[in-house]
Amino acid sequence: MASRTSDTVVGPRSEDALPSSATSAVKIVIVGGFGVGKTTLVHSVSEIRPLTTEETMTQASAGVDDLAGVERKRMTTVAMDFGRISIDDELVLYVFGTPGQQRFWFLWNGLFEGALGAVVLVDTRRLEASFDVLGRLEESQTPFVVAVNAFDEAPSYSDEELREALDLTAEVPLLMCDARSRESSKDVLLALMRYLYSLATTTGAK
Amino acid sequence: MTPDEEWDEGSPERLYVLTGGRSGSEDAGLDLVTLIVTRSAPQIGMQPEHESILRLCEAPLSVVEISAHLKLPVSIVTVLLADLLAEEHVEARAPAPALPDIDIIKAVIHGLQNL
Repeated sequence: MASRTSDTVVGPRSEDALPSSATSAVKIVIVGGFGVGKTTLVHSVSEIRPLTTEETMTQASAGVDDLAGVERKRMTTVAMDFGRISIDDELVLYVFGTPGQQRFWFLWNGLFEGALGAVVLVDTRRLEASFDVLGRLEESQTPFVVAVNAFDEAPSYSDEELREALDLTAEVPLLMCDARSRESSKDVLLALMRYLYSLATTTGAK
Repeated sequence: MTPDEEWDEGSPERLYVLTGGRSGSEDAGLDLVTLIVTRSAPQIGMQPEHESILRLCEAPLSVVEISAHLKLPVSIVTVLLADLLAEEHVEARAPAPALPDIDIIKAVIHGLQNL
């Protein structure tokens, strides 16, 4: 008697299997508002077909009064996309895309813990969508770079204007990217890693 | 037991049954990217979800990938994994330490350049 559950689980494709020598993993988190290109960037760099994990949260729906005066609760499903890159035989890099809005910060528990750093993906048509995220990352002392996903129809600003608008300090790397391009997305991750390298070498970390 | 198709996949009731009502498994110390590797073959009479995990993890697989393939939240998967770890059916390979050392940073830069 076969178990239904086992039969319906679609595992990784055989070519996506990690070597048995894989011993440890690291993570990078891509944060940004809806539609800013997080999923696109994850797709561009991932070596496996990107996957989605879902968490459900219960939230009181604000402003809804019903006759019984009972607060209505709503179940919301929040999806997080992620991809994977094999660095070498032993080390694996996971790249997560997560929504930046404050109401999704519960997802960040465990996500940022131990993360190497973050990429804040920005759309110049909605700069204000990044304010909360930037503040939160600074507070938690998570190193990050800011990448502007250059949509064709979006207004372009000079670096100075963007730094000013986003209140970025001079040392935070700021770069333009095209999340649809593998090379460009790779450059974003490299910019973060080089920034981490400079932080590690200047603060005397081993 | 009610057949799976009558469950709403993500319903709290279904998730409650899968874990026997347990939640939170911080004690297992599992990160999203802890790699899980199967150490013993599935046994007759195992909970189907446990069996699925053992099949998935024949090659190393992270906790979050297991969650995605099983279509179960990470919080549920960690409870299931804690059972398997306790019985030594699987092995957990912890992520690289939080404070990244320069060798890991260099390795990632090198790896990305070769992508």
